[in-house]
Amino acid sequence: MRKFIKDGKLPYIILSIMALLFALPLLWVIFASFDVNATQAFKIPTDWTIGNYINVLQDKLNQQAFGVGLLISAIEAVLVVLIAGLAAYPLSRYELRYKKMFMYTILLMTSLPITAVMVPVYKLFLSMNLYDSIFGVIIFMTASALPFAIWLMKNFMDSVPIELEEAAWVDGANVLTSIRLVIAPLMLPGVLVVMMVAFTTAWGNFLVPYILLNTVSKYPVSVKLYQFFGQNGLVVYGELAAYSVIYATPAVILYILSQKYMSQGFIMSGAAKG
Amino acid sequence: MIRESRGLGDELKKSVLLTPAVLVLILFFLIPIFLTVYYSFTNLALNGEGARNVQFIGLENYSRMMTDPNMINSIVTTLIFLVGSLIGQQILGFFIALMMKGKNSRFRSIIGPFFLAGWIMPEVVVALCSFAFFDRSGTLNAILQSINIPMVEWLYKYPLLSVIIANVWHGMAFSMINFQSALDNVPGDIEEAARVDGANYWQRLFYIIIPQIKNTIATNTMLNTLSTLGVFGLIYTMTGGGPGVATQVLPIFMYKQAFVSFQLGYGTAISMVLLVLGLIFSILYARIVED
Repeated sequence: MRKFIKDGKLPYIILSIMALLFALPLLWVIFASFDVNATQAFKIPTDWTIGNYINVLQDKLNQQAFGVGLLISAIEAVLVVLIAGLAAYPLSRYELRYKKMFMYTILLMTSLPITAVMVPVYKLFLSMNLYDSIFGVIIFMTASALPFAIWLMKNFMDSVPIELEEAAWVDGANVLTSIRLVIAPLMLPGVLVVMMVAFTTAWGNFLVPYILLNTVSKYPVSVKLYQFFGQNGLVVYGELAAYSVIYATPAVILYILSQKYMSQGFIMSGAAKG
Repeated sequence: MIRESRGLGDELKKSVLLTPAVLVLILFFLIPIFLTVYYSFTNLALNGEGARNVQFIGLENYSRMMTDPNMINSIVTTLIFLVGSLIGQQILGFFIALMMKGKNSRFRSIIGPFFLAGWIMPEVVVALCSFAFFDRSGTLNAILQSINIPMVEWLYKYPLLSVIIANVWHGMAFSMINFQSALDNVPGDIEEAARVDGANYWQRLFYIIIPQIKNTIATNTMLNTLSTLGVFGLIYTMTGGGPGVATQVLPIFMYKQAFVSFQLGYGTAISMVLLVLGLIFSILYARIVED
Protein backbone atom coordinates (compact mmCIF):
# COMPACT_ATOMS: atom_id res chain seq x y z
CA MET A 1 0.00 0.00 0.00
CA ARG A 2 2.66 2.46 1.09
CA LYS A 3 4.83 1.78 -1.89
CA PHE A 4 1.86 2.03 -4.18
CA ILE A 5 0.94 5.47 -2.85
CA LYS A 6 4.42 6.89 -2.61
CA ASP A 7 6.15 5.57 -5.69
CA GLY A 8 3.47 3.87 -7.72
CA LYS A 9 1.09 5.02 -10.35
CA LEU A 10 -1.90 5.41 -8.05
CA PRO A 11 -1.53 9.19 -7.48
CA TYR A 12 -1.22 9.73 -11.22
CA ILE A 13 -4.40 7.78 -11.81
CA ILE A 14 -6.34 9.52 -9.01
CA LEU A 15 -5.16 12.95 -10.10
CA SER A 16 -6.11 12.29 -13.72
CA ILE A 17 -9.60 11.15 -12.71
CA MET A 18 -10.02 14.20 -10.47
CA ALA A 19 -8.86 16.50 -13.25
CA LEU A 20 -11.46 15.00 -15.58
CA LEU A 21 -14.17 15.46 -12.96
CA PHE A 22 -13.16 19.09 -12.56
CA ALA A 23 -13.42 19.57 -16.32
CA LEU A 24 -16.97 18.19 -16.55
CA PRO A 25 -18.85 21.41 -15.71
CA LEU A 26 -17.01 23.12 -18.57
CA LEU A 27 -18.21 20.69 -21.20
CA TRP A 28 -21.67 22.17 -21.68
CA VAL A 29 -20.48 25.77 -22.20
CA ILE A 30 -17.84 24.73 -24.66
CA PHE A 31 -20.05 22.41 -26.71
CA ALA A 32 -23.11 24.67 -26.58
CA SER A 33 -21.10 27.69 -27.70
CA PHE A 34 -20.25 25.91 -30.96
CA ASP A 35 -23.65 24.28 -31.45
CA VAL A 36 -26.18 25.58 -33.96
CA ASN A 37 -29.04 23.98 -32.01
CA ALA A 38 -27.79 24.38 -28.46
CA THR A 39 -30.27 23.83 -25.64
CA GLN A 40 -30.02 23.55 -21.89
CA ALA A 41 -29.33 19.85 -22.34
CA PHE A 42 -25.85 18.40 -22.58
CA LYS A 43 -25.04 17.10 -26.05
CA ILE A 44 -22.18 16.98 -28.47
CA PRO A 45 -23.05 19.27 -31.39
CA THR A 46 -24.08 17.65 -34.65
CA ASP A 47 -23.82 20.98 -36.49
CA TRP A 48 -20.74 22.92 -35.43
CA THR A 49 -20.65 26.68 -35.89
CA ILE A 50 -18.86 29.81 -34.79
CA GLY A 51 -22.02 31.76 -35.53
CA ASN A 52 -22.85 32.08 -31.85
CA TYR A 53 -19.60 33.93 -31.23
CA ILE A 54 -20.11 36.17 -34.23
CA ASN A 55 -23.69 37.04 -33.22
CA VAL A 56 -22.67 37.83 -29.66
CA LEU A 57 -19.76 39.98 -30.75
CA GLN A 58 -21.84 41.86 -33.32
CA ASP A 59 -24.59 42.76 -30.87
CA LYS A 60 -24.40 46.46 -29.94
CA LEU A 61 -25.58 45.96 -26.37
CA ASN A 62 -23.08 43.18 -25.77
CA GLN A 63 -20.29 45.35 -27.09
CA GLN A 64 -21.43 48.11 -24.79
CA ALA A 65 -21.39 45.81 -21.77
CA PHE A 66 -17.87 44.76 -22.70
CA GLY A 67 -16.82 48.36 -23.03
CA VAL A 68 -18.29 49.24 -19.64
CA GLY A 69 -16.69 46.20 -18.03
CA LEU A 70 -13.30 47.10 -19.50
CA LEU A 71 -13.69 50.72 -18.48
CA ILE A 72 -14.62 49.88 -14.90
CA SER A 73 -11.91 47.25 -14.47
CA ALA A 74 -9.13 49.21 -16.18
CA ILE A 75 -9.70 52.50 -14.37
CA GLU A 76 -10.16 50.67 -11.08
CA ALA A 77 -6.92 48.73 -11.58
CA VAL A 78 -4.96 51.91 -12.35
CA LEU A 79 -6.44 53.78 -9.39
CA VAL A 80 -5.73 50.87 -7.07
CA VAL A 81 -2.10 50.68 -8.16
CA LEU A 82 -1.56 54.44 -7.89
CA ILE A 83 -3.20 54.88 -4.49
CA ALA A 84 -1.75 51.70 -3.02
CA GLY A 85 1.68 52.47 -4.47
CA LEU A 86 1.77 55.90 -2.83
CA ALA A 87 0.51 54.51 0.46
CA ALA A 88 3.04 51.70 0.44
CA TYR A 89 5.99 54.11 0.33
CA PRO A 90 5.79 55.59 3.84
CA LEU A 91 4.70 52.22 5.19
CA SER A 92 7.74 50.56 3.72
CA ARG A 93 10.38 53.29 4.14
CA TYR A 94 9.68 55.28 7.31
CA GLU A 95 9.51 54.57 11.00
CA LEU A 96 5.97 55.57 11.92
CA ARG A 97 4.44 55.23 15.36
CA TYR A 98 1.03 54.17 14.05
CA LYS A 99 2.42 51.82 11.43
CA LYS A 100 1.76 48.58 13.26
CA MET A 101 -1.79 49.58 14.07
CA PHE A 102 -2.36 50.77 10.52
CA MET A 103 -1.10 47.56 8.94
CA TYR A 104 -3.18 45.52 11.34
CA THR A 105 -6.31 47.44 10.34
CA ILE A 106 -5.45 46.98 6.67
CA LEU A 107 -5.01 43.27 7.25
CA LEU A 108 -8.41 43.07 8.92
CA MET A 109 -9.95 44.95 6.01
CA THR A 110 -8.50 42.55 3.44
CA SER A 111 -10.68 39.77 4.70
CA LEU A 112 -13.98 41.42 5.68
CA PRO A 113 -16.85 40.23 3.49
CA ILE A 114 -17.84 43.29 1.42
CA THR A 115 -21.27 41.75 0.93
CA ALA A 116 -22.11 42.76 4.48
CA VAL A 117 -21.88 46.51 3.82
CA MET A 118 -23.69 46.66 0.47
CA VAL A 119 -27.05 47.84 1.83
CA PRO A 120 -25.61 50.92 3.59
CA VAL A 121 -23.37 51.57 0.58
CA TYR A 122 -26.47 51.65 -1.60
CA LYS A 123 -28.09 54.19 0.75
CA LEU A 124 -24.88 56.20 1.02
CA PHE A 125 -24.54 56.32 -2.77
CA LEU A 126 -28.14 57.46 -3.16
CA SER A 127 -27.45 60.41 -0.89
CA MET A 128 -24.07 61.18 -2.50
CA ASN A 129 -25.52 61.13 -6.02
CA LEU A 130 -23.25 58.21 -6.87
CA TYR A 131 -26.07 55.71 -7.38
CA ASP A 132 -26.39 54.45 -10.94
CA SER A 133 -23.05 56.01 -11.78
CA ILE A 134 -20.19 54.06 -13.33
CA PHE A 135 -17.78 56.31 -11.47
CA GLY A 136 -19.47 55.30 -8.20
CA VAL A 137 -18.94 51.62 -9.01
CA ILE A 138 -15.30 52.29 -9.84
CA ILE A 139 -14.58 54.20 -6.65
CA PHE A 140 -16.31 51.65 -4.43
CA MET A 141 -14.47 48.77 -6.08
CA THR A 142 -11.23 50.72 -5.67
CA ALA A 143 -11.87 51.10 -1.95
CA SER A 144 -12.65 47.44 -1.49
CA ALA A 145 -9.55 46.37 -3.43
CA LEU A 146 -7.21 48.81 -1.67
CA PRO A 147 -6.46 46.95 1.58
CA PHE A 148 -5.14 43.86 -0.19
CA ALA A 149 -3.27 46.00 -2.73
CA ILE A 150 -1.61 48.10 -0.02
CA TRP A 151 -0.59 44.94 1.79
CA LEU A 152 0.94 43.41 -1.35
CA MET A 153 2.59 46.64 -2.49
CA LYS A 154 4.21 47.23 0.87
CA ASN A 155 5.66 43.73 0.83
CA PHE A 156 6.91 44.11 -2.72
CA MET A 157 8.43 47.51 -1.85
CA ASP A 158 10.12 46.09 1.24
CA SER A 159 12.08 43.83 -1.05
CA VAL A 160 13.44 46.75 -3.13
CA PRO A 161 16.78 47.54 -1.44
CA ILE A 162 16.91 51.04 0.05
CA GLU A 163 20.54 51.48 -1.09
CA LEU A 164 19.39 52.00 -4.65
CA GLU A 165 17.16 54.82 -3.55
CA GLU A 166 19.91 56.43 -1.49
CA ALA A 167 21.98 56.66 -4.64
CA ALA A 168 19.11 58.55 -6.27
CA TRP A 169 18.81 60.89 -3.27
CA VAL A 170 22.49 61.74 -3.53
CA ASP A 171 21.78 62.74 -7.12
CA GLY A 172 19.12 65.11 -5.80
CA ALA A 173 15.94 63.12 -6.44
CA ASN A 174 12.95 63.77 -4.19
CA VAL A 175 10.56 61.12 -2.93
CA LEU A 176 8.18 61.12 -5.89
CA THR A 177 11.05 61.06 -8.38
CA SER A 178 12.70 58.18 -6.61
CA ILE A 179 9.42 56.26 -6.55
CA ARG A 180 9.00 56.89 -10.25
CA LEU A 181 12.56 56.29 -11.38
CA VAL A 182 13.93 53.77 -8.93
CA ILE A 183 11.20 51.88 -7.13
CA ALA A 184 8.52 51.61 -9.80
CA PRO A 185 10.77 50.02 -12.43
CA LEU A 186 12.19 47.53 -9.92
CA MET A 187 8.74 46.74 -8.61
CA LEU A 188 7.22 46.45 -12.06
CA PRO A 189 6.45 42.73 -11.79
CA GLY A 190 4.79 43.35 -8.43
CA VAL A 191 2.88 46.35 -9.75
CA LEU A 192 1.64 44.31 -12.69
CA VAL A 193 0.52 41.51 -10.39
CA VAL A 194 -1.46 43.94 -8.23
CA MET A 195 -2.93 45.53 -11.33
CA MET A 196 -3.96 42.21 -12.83
CA VAL A 197 -5.48 40.96 -9.59
CA ALA A 198 -7.44 44.20 -9.26
CA PHE A 199 -8.59 44.04 -12.86
CA THR A 200 -9.68 40.42 -12.68
CA THR A 201 -11.54 40.91 -9.42
CA ALA A 202 -13.42 43.92 -10.81
CA TRP A 203 -14.09 42.12 -14.09
CA GLY A 204 -15.66 39.19 -12.26
CA ASN A 205 -17.58 41.26 -9.71
CA PHE A 206 -21.32 40.83 -9.96
CA LEU A 207 -22.70 42.11 -6.65
CA VAL A 208 -21.38 45.68 -6.71
CA PRO A 209 -22.60 46.72 -10.19
CA TYR A 210 -25.80 44.73 -9.69
CA ILE A 211 -26.67 46.76 -6.60
CA LEU A 212 -25.21 50.14 -7.50
CA LEU A 213 -26.35 50.42 -11.13
CA ASN A 214 -29.86 50.72 -12.46
CA THR A 215 -29.57 51.55 -16.14
CA VAL A 216 -29.25 48.65 -18.57
CA SER A 217 -26.78 50.50 -20.79
CA LYS A 218 -24.42 50.94 -17.81
CA TYR A 219 -24.27 47.24 -16.95
CA PRO A 220 -20.89 45.52 -17.25
CA VAL A 221 -20.70 41.98 -18.66
CA SER A 222 -21.28 40.21 -15.33
CA VAL A 223 -24.72 41.77 -14.87
CA LYS A 224 -25.55 41.63 -18.57
CA LEU A 225 -24.78 37.92 -18.64
CA TYR A 226 -26.99 37.33 -15.63
CA GLN A 227 -29.83 39.17 -17.33
CA PHE A 228 -29.22 37.08 -20.41
CA PHE A 229 -30.02 33.84 -18.58
CA GLY A 230 -31.92 35.23 -15.66
CA GLN A 231 -34.78 36.41 -17.81
CA ASN A 232 -37.25 33.61 -18.21
CA GLY A 233 -38.13 34.35 -21.79
CA LEU A 234 -36.62 32.69 -24.80
CA VAL A 235 -32.95 32.06 -24.18
CA VAL A 236 -30.57 31.52 -27.05
CA TYR A 237 -28.39 28.99 -25.30
CA GLY A 238 -25.64 28.85 -27.89
CA GLU A 239 -25.10 32.60 -27.67
CA LEU A 240 -25.35 32.54 -23.90
CA ALA A 241 -22.57 29.95 -23.82
CA ALA A 242 -20.46 31.85 -26.34
CA TYR A 243 -20.90 35.05 -24.38
CA SER A 244 -19.74 33.28 -21.21
CA VAL A 245 -16.65 31.94 -22.92
CA ILE A 246 -15.78 35.40 -24.25
CA TYR A 247 -16.42 36.93 -20.84
CA ALA A 248 -14.14 34.41 -19.10
CA THR A 249 -11.29 34.81 -21.59
CA PRO A 250 -9.68 38.02 -20.23
CA ALA A 251 -9.65 36.52 -16.72
CA VAL A 252 -7.88 33.42 -18.00
CA ILE A 253 -5.32 35.40 -20.01
CA LEU A 254 -4.56 37.73 -17.11
CA TYR A 255 -4.16 34.79 -14.76
CA ILE A 256 -1.59 33.20 -17.03
CA LEU A 257 0.27 36.52 -17.40
CA SER A 258 0.20 37.22 -13.67
CA GLN A 259 1.74 33.81 -13.00
CA LYS A 260 4.64 34.77 -15.22
CA TYR A 261 5.20 38.08 -13.43
CA MET A 262 4.57 36.57 -10.01
CA SER A 263 7.57 34.30 -10.42
CA GLN A 264 9.65 37.24 -11.65
CA GLY A 265 8.57 39.27 -8.63
CA PHE A 266 10.52 37.03 -6.34
CA ILE A 267 13.76 37.31 -8.25
CA MET A 268 14.05 41.09 -8.20
CA SER A 269 15.72 41.34 -4.78
CA GLY A 270 18.98 40.63 -6.58
CA ALA A 271 19.09 44.20 -7.95
CA ALA A 272 21.28 45.57 -5.14
CA LYS A 273 24.12 43.26 -6.03
CA GLY A 274 24.07 43.87 -9.77
CA MET B 1 7.40 70.40 23.92
CA ILE B 2 9.09 71.72 20.83
CA ARG B 3 10.68 68.39 20.10
CA GLU B 4 7.39 66.62 20.47
CA SER B 5 5.51 68.90 18.11
CA ARG B 6 8.31 68.60 15.60
CA GLY B 7 8.05 64.84 15.93
CA LEU B 8 4.34 64.96 15.19
CA GLY B 9 4.88 67.30 12.26
CA ASP B 10 7.51 64.98 10.92
CA GLU B 11 5.15 62.01 11.18
CA LEU B 12 2.48 63.96 9.34
CA LYS B 13 4.89 64.99 6.62
CA LYS B 14 5.99 61.43 6.14
CA SER B 15 2.37 60.33 5.96
CA VAL B 16 1.27 62.66 3.16
CA LEU B 17 1.44 59.88 0.58
CA LEU B 18 -1.03 57.87 2.65
CA THR B 19 -3.73 60.55 2.34
CA PRO B 20 -5.50 59.33 -0.81
CA ALA B 21 -5.66 55.78 0.52
CA VAL B 22 -6.87 56.87 3.93
CA LEU B 23 -9.55 59.15 2.45
CA VAL B 24 -10.91 56.49 0.11
CA LEU B 25 -10.88 53.86 2.84
CA ILE B 26 -12.65 56.10 5.33
CA LEU B 27 -15.31 57.24 2.88
CA PHE B 28 -16.09 53.96 1.18
CA PHE B 29 -15.03 51.34 3.69
CA LEU B 30 -15.21 52.59 7.26
CA ILE B 31 -18.25 54.84 6.92
CA PRO B 32 -20.32 52.02 5.36
CA ILE B 33 -19.32 49.82 8.29
CA PHE B 34 -20.46 52.44 10.81
CA LEU B 35 -23.62 53.01 8.79
CA THR B 36 -24.32 49.29 8.91
CA VAL B 37 -24.26 49.42 12.68
CA TYR B 38 -26.40 52.56 12.75
CA TYR B 39 -29.03 51.54 10.19
CA SER B 40 -29.52 48.20 11.88
CA PHE B 41 -31.12 50.10 14.78
CA THR B 42 -33.51 52.04 12.53
CA ASN B 43 -36.69 51.38 10.56
CA LEU B 44 -35.10 52.67 7.33
CA ALA B 45 -37.09 51.56 4.29
CA LEU B 46 -37.43 52.39 0.62
CA ASN B 47 -41.17 52.94 0.88
CA GLY B 48 -43.85 53.52 3.51
CA GLU B 49 -43.26 54.89 6.96
CA GLY B 50 -39.56 54.01 7.10
CA ALA B 51 -38.85 56.07 3.98
CA ARG B 52 -40.66 59.22 5.13
CA ASN B 53 -39.66 59.22 8.73
CA VAL B 54 -36.56 57.25 9.67
CA GLN B 55 -36.58 56.44 13.36
CA PHE B 56 -34.32 54.85 15.87
CA ILE B 57 -36.09 51.69 16.93
CA GLY B 58 -33.53 50.15 19.25
CA LEU B 59 -33.27 46.40 19.12
CA GLU B 60 -36.53 45.86 17.25
CA ASN B 61 -34.84 44.54 14.09
CA TYR B 62 -32.82 42.15 16.18
CA SER B 63 -35.74 40.82 18.17
CA ARG B 64 -37.66 40.40 14.91
CA MET B 65 -34.70 38.41 13.54
CA MET B 66 -34.78 36.00 16.46
CA THR B 67 -38.34 34.92 15.73
CA ASP B 68 -38.24 35.15 11.94
CA PRO B 69 -38.33 31.57 10.60
CA ASN B 70 -36.68 32.78 7.39
CA MET B 71 -33.79 34.17 9.41
CA ILE B 72 -33.36 30.91 11.28
CA ASN B 73 -33.52 29.04 7.98
CA SER B 74 -30.89 31.37 6.52
CA ILE B 75 -28.51 30.86 9.41
CA VAL B 76 -28.82 27.08 9.21
CA THR B 77 -28.44 27.19 5.41
CA THR B 78 -25.39 29.45 5.72
CA LEU B 79 -23.78 27.12 8.24
CA ILE B 80 -24.35 24.03 6.10
CA PHE B 81 -23.07 25.88 3.05
CA LEU B 82 -20.04 27.06 5.02
CA VAL B 83 -19.12 23.73 6.57
CA GLY B 84 -19.76 21.81 3.35
CA SER B 85 -17.65 24.24 1.32
CA LEU B 86 -14.83 24.27 3.87
CA ILE B 87 -14.64 20.49 4.04
CA GLY B 88 -14.83 20.07 0.28
CA GLN B 89 -12.40 22.84 -0.65
CA GLN B 90 -9.79 22.09 1.96
CA ILE B 91 -9.72 18.32 1.97
CA LEU B 92 -9.72 18.15 -1.81
CA GLY B 93 -7.23 21.02 -2.00
CA PHE B 94 -4.94 19.36 0.49
CA PHE B 95 -4.95 15.91 -1.07
CA ILE B 96 -4.55 17.19 -4.59
CA ALA B 97 -1.60 19.34 -3.45
CA LEU B 98 -0.14 16.39 -1.57
CA MET B 99 -0.46 14.04 -4.53
CA MET B 100 0.97 16.64 -6.91
CA LYS B 101 4.06 17.08 -4.76
CA GLY B 102 7.16 15.78 -6.43
CA LYS B 103 5.28 14.49 -9.46
CA ASN B 104 6.54 14.73 -12.97
CA SER B 105 6.48 18.43 -13.85
CA ARG B 106 5.02 17.92 -17.30
CA PHE B 107 2.17 15.93 -15.77
CA ARG B 108 1.60 18.72 -13.25
CA SER B 109 1.49 21.37 -15.91
CA ILE B 110 -1.00 19.35 -17.96
CA ILE B 111 -3.51 18.64 -15.19
CA GLY B 112 -3.00 21.88 -13.24
CA PRO B 113 -5.26 23.96 -15.52
CA PHE B 114 -8.17 21.53 -15.00
CA PHE B 115 -8.12 22.30 -11.28
CA LEU B 116 -7.56 26.02 -11.79
CA ALA B 117 -10.29 26.58 -14.39
CA GLY B 118 -13.19 26.85 -11.97
CA TRP B 119 -11.21 29.23 -9.80
CA ILE B 120 -10.07 31.64 -12.50
CA MET B 121 -13.48 32.08 -14.05
CA PRO B 122 -15.87 34.87 -13.02
CA GLU B 123 -18.53 33.67 -10.61
CA VAL B 124 -21.42 34.27 -12.98
CA VAL B 125 -19.80 31.88 -15.47
CA VAL B 126 -19.18 29.40 -12.66
CA ALA B 127 -22.88 29.63 -11.79
CA LEU B 128 -23.93 29.07 -15.39
CA CYS B 129 -21.58 26.08 -15.80
CA SER B 130 -22.84 24.59 -12.55
CA PHE B 131 -26.45 25.22 -13.48
CA ALA B 132 -25.94 23.41 -16.78
CA PHE B 133 -24.08 20.63 -15.00
CA PHE B 134 -26.86 19.93 -12.48
CA ASP B 135 -29.81 20.65 -14.77
CA ARG B 136 -32.30 17.82 -15.29
CA SER B 137 -31.02 17.35 -18.83
CA GLY B 138 -27.55 18.45 -17.85
CA THR B 139 -24.11 16.90 -17.98
CA LEU B 140 -24.32 15.03 -14.69
CA ASN B 141 -27.60 13.33 -15.55
CA ALA B 142 -26.34 12.54 -19.05
CA ILE B 143 -23.38 10.73 -17.50
CA LEU B 144 -25.54 8.94 -14.94
CA GLN B 145 -27.95 7.77 -17.61
CA SER B 146 -25.13 6.46 -19.75
CA ILE B 147 -24.23 4.11 -16.90
CA ASN B 148 -27.89 3.30 -16.26
CA ILE B 149 -28.39 5.30 -13.11
CA PRO B 150 -31.77 7.06 -13.15
CA MET B 151 -31.52 10.81 -13.44
CA VAL B 152 -32.04 13.08 -10.45
CA GLU B 153 -33.44 16.61 -10.39
CA TRP B 154 -30.38 17.90 -8.55
CA LEU B 155 -31.42 21.53 -8.36
CA TYR B 156 -34.80 20.62 -6.87
CA LYS B 157 -33.95 17.59 -4.79
CA TYR B 158 -30.48 18.58 -3.55
CA PRO B 159 -30.20 22.33 -4.21
CA LEU B 160 -27.96 23.07 -1.26
CA LEU B 161 -25.62 20.20 -2.13
CA SER B 162 -25.51 21.48 -5.71
CA VAL B 163 -24.47 24.99 -4.72
CA ILE B 164 -21.93 23.58 -2.26
CA ILE B 165 -20.36 21.51 -5.03
CA ALA B 166 -20.40 24.56 -7.31
CA ASN B 167 -18.64 26.57 -4.63
CA VAL B 168 -16.10 23.81 -4.05
CA TRP B 169 -15.44 23.69 -7.78
CA HIS B 170 -14.92 27.46 -7.73
CA GLY B 171 -12.88 27.70 -4.52
CA MET B 172 -10.84 24.50 -4.31
CA ALA B 173 -7.84 25.78 -6.27
CA PHE B 174 -7.21 28.56 -3.75
CA SER B 175 -6.65 25.97 -1.02
CA MET B 176 -4.69 23.75 -3.36
CA ILE B 177 -2.27 26.58 -4.20
CA ASN B 178 -1.83 27.50 -0.54
CA PHE B 179 -1.17 23.90 0.42
CA GLN B 180 1.19 23.41 -2.49
CA SER B 181 3.44 26.25 -1.43
CA ALA B 182 3.30 25.14 2.21
CA LEU B 183 4.14 21.55 1.31
CA ASP B 184 7.03 22.71 -0.86
CA ASN B 185 8.53 24.34 2.22
CA VAL B 186 8.36 21.24 4.41
CA PRO B 187 11.95 20.03 4.72
CA GLY B 188 12.31 16.46 3.57
CA ASP B 189 14.93 15.37 6.13
CA ILE B 190 12.61 14.96 9.14
CA GLU B 191 10.23 12.89 7.08
CA GLU B 192 13.16 10.87 5.80
CA ALA B 193 14.37 10.26 9.37
CA ALA B 194 10.89 9.12 10.38
CA ARG B 195 10.77 6.81 7.41
CA VAL B 196 14.08 5.27 8.46
CA ASP B 197 12.61 4.82 11.95
CA GLY B 198 9.80 2.84 10.39
CA ALA B 199 6.92 5.32 10.36
CA ASN B 200 4.43 4.45 7.64
CA TYR B 201 3.03 6.92 5.11
CA TRP B 202 -0.05 7.91 7.10
CA GLN B 203 1.95 8.26 10.33
CA ARG B 204 4.40 10.55 8.58
CA LEU B 205 1.50 12.50 7.09
CA PHE B 206 -0.34 13.04 10.38
CA TYR B 207 2.58 13.38 12.79
CA ILE B 208 5.17 15.14 10.66
CA ILE B 209 3.77 16.83 7.56
CA ILE B 210 0.45 18.18 8.86
CA PRO B 211 1.88 19.66 12.11
CA GLN B 212 4.45 21.56 10.03
CA ILE B 213 1.84 23.24 7.87
CA LYS B 214 -0.70 23.90 10.61
CA ASN B 215 -0.34 27.67 10.22
CA THR B 216 -1.25 27.40 6.57
CA ILE B 217 -4.21 25.19 7.46
CA ALA B 218 -5.36 27.82 9.97
CA THR B 219 -5.01 30.87 7.69
CA ASN B 220 -6.52 28.97 4.80
CA THR B 221 -9.53 27.99 6.92
CA MET B 222 -10.07 31.59 8.02
CA LEU B 223 -9.82 33.00 4.48
CA ASN B 224 -12.14 30.33 3.10
CA THR B 225 -14.62 30.97 5.90
CA LEU B 226 -14.60 34.70 5.18
CA SER B 227 -15.00 34.33 1.45
CA THR B 228 -17.70 31.67 1.81
CA LEU B 229 -19.71 33.86 4.19
CA GLY B 230 -19.74 36.58 1.54
CA VAL B 231 -20.82 34.40 -1.40
CA PHE B 232 -23.72 36.07 -3.16
CA GLY B 233 -23.39 36.07 -6.95
CA LEU B 234 -22.74 32.36 -7.35
CA ILE B 235 -25.88 31.26 -5.51
CA TYR B 236 -28.03 34.18 -6.59
CA THR B 237 -27.40 33.59 -10.27
CA MET B 238 -27.50 29.80 -9.98
CA THR B 239 -30.66 29.24 -7.92
CA GLY B 240 -31.82 32.70 -6.83
CA GLY B 241 -31.87 31.35 -3.27
CA GLY B 242 -34.45 28.72 -4.17
CA PRO B 243 -36.26 26.55 -4.76
CA GLY B 244 -38.31 28.22 -2.03
CA VAL B 245 -35.72 29.25 0.51
CA ALA B 246 -33.57 26.11 0.19
CA THR B 247 -30.38 27.96 -0.77
CA GLN B 248 -31.17 31.31 0.82
CA VAL B 249 -27.91 32.02 2.63
CA LEU B 250 -27.58 35.21 4.69
CA PRO B 251 -26.34 37.49 1.87
CA ILE B 252 -29.31 36.50 -0.29
CA PHE B 253 -31.77 36.90 2.57
CA MET B 254 -30.22 40.31 3.26
CA TYR B 255 -30.55 41.27 -0.39
CA LYS B 256 -34.19 40.19 -0.55
CA GLN B 257 -35.17 42.04 2.60
CA ALA B 258 -33.41 45.21 1.52
CA PHE B 259 -34.10 45.34 -2.20
CA VAL B 260 -37.15 43.17 -2.79
CA SER B 261 -39.12 43.95 0.38
CA PHE B 262 -37.48 47.41 0.62
CA GLN B 263 -36.74 46.96 4.35
CA LEU B 264 -33.27 48.49 4.44
CA GLY B 265 -33.16 48.64 8.24
CA TYR B 266 -34.01 45.00 8.66
CA GLY B 267 -31.73 44.03 5.76
CA THR B 268 -28.89 45.88 7.46
CA ALA B 269 -29.54 44.10 10.74
CA ILE B 270 -29.09 40.84 8.84
CA SER B 271 -25.83 42.13 7.40
CA MET B 272 -24.71 42.90 10.95
CA VAL B 273 -24.72 39.16 11.61
CA LEU B 274 -22.41 38.73 8.62
CA LEU B 275 -20.29 41.68 9.65
CA VAL B 276 -19.81 40.47 13.21
CA LEU B 277 -19.00 36.94 12.06
CA GLY B 278 -16.64 38.43 9.49
CA LEU B 279 -14.95 40.58 12.10
CA ILE B 280 -14.42 37.65 14.46
CA PHE B 281 -12.84 35.52 11.76
CA SER B 282 -10.80 38.47 10.42
CA ILE B 283 -9.36 39.08 13.87
CA LEU B 284 -8.49 35.40 14.23
CA TYR B 285 -6.91 35.50 10.80
CA ALA B 286 -4.92 38.67 11.51
CA ARG B 287 -3.67 37.14 14.78
CA ILE B 288 -2.32 34.11 12.98
CA VAL B 289 -0.68 36.16 10.23
CA GLU B 290 0.90 38.60 12.71
CA ASP B 291 2.54 35.77 14.66
